[in-house]
Amino acid sequence: MPSLKDLKNRIESVKSTRKITKAMQMVAAAKLRRAQEAAEAARPYAEKMADVVNGLAASVAGSDTAPKLLAGTGSDQTHLLVVMTAERGLCGGFNSSIVKIARYRAEKLLSEGKTVKILTVGKKGREQLKRDLAAHLVAHMDLSEVKRVGYDNADDIARQIFAMYEAGDFDVATIFYNRFESVISQVPTPQQIIPAEVPEDAEAGALYDYEPSEEAILEDLLPRSVTTQIFTALLENGASEQGARMSAMDNATRNAGDMIDRLTIQYNRSRQAAITKELIEIISGAEAL
Amino acid sequence: MAEMMQFDLVSPERKLESCKARAVQIPGAEGDLTAMPDHAPQITTLRPGVLVVEGEHGESRFAVTGGFAEISATATSVLAERAYPAGPDARAALQAILDDMRAKAGSASGEEKDSLDKGVADLEQVIQTIG
Repeated sequence: MPSLKDLKNRIESVKSTRKITKAMQMVAAAKLRRAQEAAEAARPYAEKMADVVNGLAASVAGSDTAPKLLAGTGSDQTHLLVVMTAERGLCGGFNSSIVKIARYRAEKLLSEGKTVKILTVGKKGREQLKRDLAAHLVAHMDLSEVKRVGYDNADDIARQIFAMYEAGDFDVATIFYNRFESVISQVPTPQQIIPAEVPEDAEAGALYDYEPSEEAILEDLLPRSVTTQIFTALLENGASEQGARMSAMDNATRNAGDMIDRLTIQYNRSRQAAITKELIEIISGAEAL
Repeated sequence: MAEMMQFDLVSPERKLESCKARAVQIPGAEGDLTAMPDHAPQITTLRPGVLVVEGEHGESRFAVTGGFAEISATATSVLAERAYPAGPDARAALQAILDDMRAKAGSASGEEKDSLDKGVADLEQVIQTIG
């Protein structure tokens, strides 16, 4: 049975924990709003880019001159998994859900006899993958110094991926990130970026005049489209992270509140018991006289 | 009133402009062109240059560093890699990009150097125009 002093200390410590989680929740809410705005601001560009690239790709697909980023290397032996996670923890299942689908994919590919290489973006994913897939980690992009993700960050990541692709280090690249649906729901999503995936129903953009030629434009646009997809993923991830943290901290705050209530009842009962005990002692002492 | 078309200028990070425009001068990779309502549908890549938009409320100018433009009969969308409304801010930002590109051109060779040199020349022109 803990003493009254112990209980009192315990209540104080849970109270300060609650203050911290409450503050983190509010910070996450503010950051979430900003991250959501950024994600929305980037959407028109990404949508237009996807439209034009799909239209172009559909009309060029199948021809021998199709760029390598679209046609692929003709093999799918080596896979690059780009695992995008957060730099910080305390955001519920955010990081582990991405790592889980990436790990599942890696194991599936390995069991099919393929080669797997992993590029991690964000510290948390690297830490988790290092345990069992350390041999497959090839590179890491550090974003811990970045306060606000910009297009330049996506550009850096894309450059690294293109350099590896040019060097023939992999055949297929897939990014893993959390798509933001709402504060309580983030969907871990794999998305193949190289070779570019063209939806079945994409219409050939035959209406347009192209200047310079279709191939030349595609050659110019495909890398940009990949960069844009990475940028979108980074932004979605950013919003998801804050959303996940907000709900995780909301839960933590509520749990702390429940715990304080429970501890307070226990404290009051013990206090009451001590008073009763003292009274009994006094009364029985008086009776003995 | 002259005919108008929808004009959008977006960069990866935000939407810079969305308005009705009478004509838009676009610095295409193969030469400047002016998009007006009922232009034949066209997609062109951009070189560093100045985009001039004749809108409802007068003319506005943007410096762009590259990207592409999609022109149709009723709308023109410019997807710029980087875009700045003309002004002192743009000048400083472009100067930084120019310096960066110059350094790269210095160390590059062959075809890459050619395209970088062209980029440098285009950018210098842009800075002069808006400055």
